[in-house]
Amino acid sequence: MNTEQVTWRNKVGLAEMLKGGVIMDVTTPEQAIIAEKAGAAAVMALERVPADIRQQGGVARMSDPKVIKEIMEAVTIPVMAKSRIGHFVEAQILEAIGVDFVDESEVLTPADEEHHIWKHDFKVPFVCGATNLGEALRRIAEGAAMIRSKGEAGTGNVVEAVRHLRSILRDVRKVAAAPDDELPAIAKELGAPLELVKEVKERGKLPVPLFAAGGVATPADAALLMQLGAEAVFVGSGIFKSGNPEKRARAIVLAVQHYDDPKLLAEISEDLGEPMVGINVSTMPDEERLAVRGW
Amino acid sequence: MVKLKARIGVVAYQGAVSEHLRALERAGAEALPVKWPRDLEGLQGVVIPGGESTVIGDAMQTWGLLDALREWVRDGGAVFGTCAGAILMATEIKNGKPDQPRLGIMPLTANRNGFGRQVDSFEADICVRGIEGSAFRAVFIRAPYFEVTDPEVEVLAAVDHKVVAARYGRHLATAFHPELTDDLRIHRLFIEMATGGQKNPG
Repeated sequence: MNTEQVTWRNKVGLAEMLKGGVIMDVTTPEQAIIAEKAGAAAVMALERVPADIRQQGGVARMSDPKVIKEIMEAVTIPVMAKSRIGHFVEAQILEAIGVDFVDESEVLTPADEEHHIWKHDFKVPFVCGATNLGEALRRIAEGAAMIRSKGEAGTGNVVEAVRHLRSILRDVRKVAAAPDDELPAIAKELGAPLELVKEVKERGKLPVPLFAAGGVATPADAALLMQLGAEAVFVGSGIFKSGNPEKRARAIVLAVQHYDDPKLLAEISEDLGEPMVGINVSTMPDEERLAVRGW
Repeated sequence: MVKLKARIGVVAYQGAVSEHLRALERAGAEALPVKWPRDLEGLQGVVIPGGESTVIGDAMQTWGLLDALREWVRDGGAVFGTCAGAILMATEIKNGKPDQPRLGIMPLTANRNGFGRQVDSFEADICVRGIEGSAFRAVFIRAPYFEVTDPEVEVLAAVDHKVVAARYGRHLATAFHPELTDDLRIHRLFIEMATGGQKNPG
């Protein structure tokens, strides 16, 4: 039998399997179990959620492998974990533990100011953040099997995720409508490989699934990103920094399943307790912004 | 006379929904998303896609589709599950969530994540009974395998002696993802099963 281990199709395939789902940040096995019970399609295992990383400052690194392993043992759904941008040894360690997806994340302090991880060298699939189409295609060229908006994690403010999604999808539509002879100039302008620009034109979408992340605090936020064209939603601090995590987690899962049904969304949004306290991104000093990390 | 297209639904809460819709259309069926019990009306077959079995099963229960689909199956409907979908068709689930909601219409045991985690995912050329021509390129992602003891369940394919495709009356289960390749032979087989004369056992 001709067998091949962890192909590109296996990597992108797992991303496809998470579509229509919610991926929740968790810091303990107990939170992971709450997330799984609420209907999370996967969990992101962390030591601190982005809101706490923001507040506490300092260098944010990969989580303690022990924390990640405990979370992996607690649930049966896929477990993701974050490495710093460019820190391929953190990624090697996460792969060695056996996590299902690595998020090369701007939420942690970047380890390399020039280079992202060369993700093709890994068996484990990667998700990377992007603010526009060029950035998304550069990450895919390096081997990312899933793209997410960067948003401003830990703010409870969805405005940046909306900006990034709109920007990526606007440029996808532009590429899809462009004649072939204009693709090289578009590729140059985007700073992206021509082959991937061609693929965007053929498919009318990114070559890998596009998920939304950053600042999701309510079921309506999640449904907004889905209506804009995201294929699934990451929720970070929004759940376990809220008044009633169980209820809110469940509501966001249901809202993603029926994102285009306002009547149902109204029912789902009722009586969820206090949402996380938000931060206004436009008054935030530049050095605190995460979206500018990575290139 | 123009032959009517088979109408096949795809359970559309979570997972590889669009891939199945596209594969079914390309295989010559009319493919429709299913989110509510009323969506089952007029369908000859239903596909439960890959995704997370805990999420899809829970959604089916929440939105009333689990009971409705069981009734629809009793009336003769055909179901095709891939990976997570196949797990939900099994009467027994190993390594699942306790009390995981399921359809339970195929008498076999699904060993969830039986081939391991994502770093153990693989592709293989396999022979599938009932599929003519060359081997089928099968994509396995955190895949389950099946333990079959009921003689009425027909084993269609195995990898390392682990059952990865099985048929029971008008129902079809695969541990791999035919919707992720361009090979339509398994979708065609299911469309034939859903529109053919064979009945469900029991």
